[in-house]
Amino acid sequence: MNDTQIIISVGIAEANIVIAPDLIRTSGLGSCVGAVLYDSKKEIAGLSHVLLPDSSLTRQAAFNKYKYADTAIPALVEQLIGAGARLNQLKAKLAGGAQMFQFTSNSDIMRIGPRNVEAVQAILQEYHIPVISSDVGGNSGRTIEFNPITCKMKIRKVNKMEYFI
Amino acid sequence: MEITNLTNVQKDALREIGNIGAGNAATSLSKLINKKVNMQVPSVNVVSYDEMMEMIGGPEETIAAVFFRIKGEAPGTVYFILSIEEAEFLINKMVNKQNVNLMDNSTVNELEMSVLQEAGNILTGSYLSALSDFTKINMQPSVPYLSIDMAGAILTAGILELSQLTDYAIIIDTKINHKDSANEIHGNFLLLPDPESFPKIFEALGINDHE
Repeated sequence: MNDTQIIISVGIAEANIVIAPDLIRTSGLGSCVGAVLYDSKKEIAGLSHVLLPDSSLTRQAAFNKYKYADTAIPALVEQLIGAGARLNQLKAKLAGGAQMFQFTSNSDIMRIGPRNVEAVQAILQEYHIPVISSDVGGNSGRTIEFNPITCKMKIRKVNKMEYFI
Repeated sequence: MEITNLTNVQKDALREIGNIGAGNAATSLSKLINKKVNMQVPSVNVVSYDEMMEMIGGPEETIAAVFFRIKGEAPGTVYFILSIEEAEFLINKMVNKQNVNLMDNSTVNELEMSVLQEAGNILTGSYLSALSDFTKINMQPSVPYLSIDMAGAILTAGILELSQLTDYAIIIDTKINHKDSANEIHGNFLLLPDPESFPKIFEALGINDHE
């Protein structure tokens, strides 16, 4: 491996892009969704750590667009195109959207994981970006790391062997 | 109210809340394990989501957490957080069983998990009831939710409500610990009031917003 390989870390409600040979990762995804968009030929990828599904939920006048699926994905697509990726070549891999606690109340905020996944899928569909693989739902946390050269997403869960999608 | 601008008086009041809650919980823990339990001075922090994860050792750190939503006049979330070793020690103390291993799926049984959940329930319950008595604010805890997983995955559940309103959380963090020669329990109580609860808490404590 390259000695100067850097792992770019993406925080909650943030997004960033990576160019080979570097890697990009985000840690401790629960109900959040980690969406990776990539252009395999250009070896460019972007990762968005989405916290909530829909920016219409916001009660802030000026909000962080990377918090919500419907605003984060367009912003990430724009960043990627700015970095040289081609919209019609973009593909996606998704992970996260777990239901961490089995809430008895059926308030909408309590099934936020599945709603985040649905929201990300919907916005990707609008852009005609195909979802190549995904590892979503369940009830455990995930740490994900994406390599823009192999286009593989490594997934780690507590007490499990790491695996790739 | 802009929550990033807490006055010193407001911070002191929140620290006092943490003190009272955790003091009561420390007494309960002391009864559970039959040992003296100490408590540290609470800290009140206004933190970003990522800073919140760092307070517990980073988003990927595996923790055992019992979590409650608080309903009523001042909604919010409260967590009782232990490291895996501490959770194992606590279970071991309560059921008198050696070699509790929470990270090995094949040996963890339902009894151990329910002991941990009940311990969290008792401790968090005493935290909340002290808080509620002191402030005269009606606080109804949900049923307890136990999870052993990555800190980021667990703690995000507590910021969903407030994240629609702000990019920061006010966390009242109180550490309690028990020390003897070989073993230690460090527990963290994290209280995260929803943003709309702060005016009610301050009002209940007789603090004016504009001080």
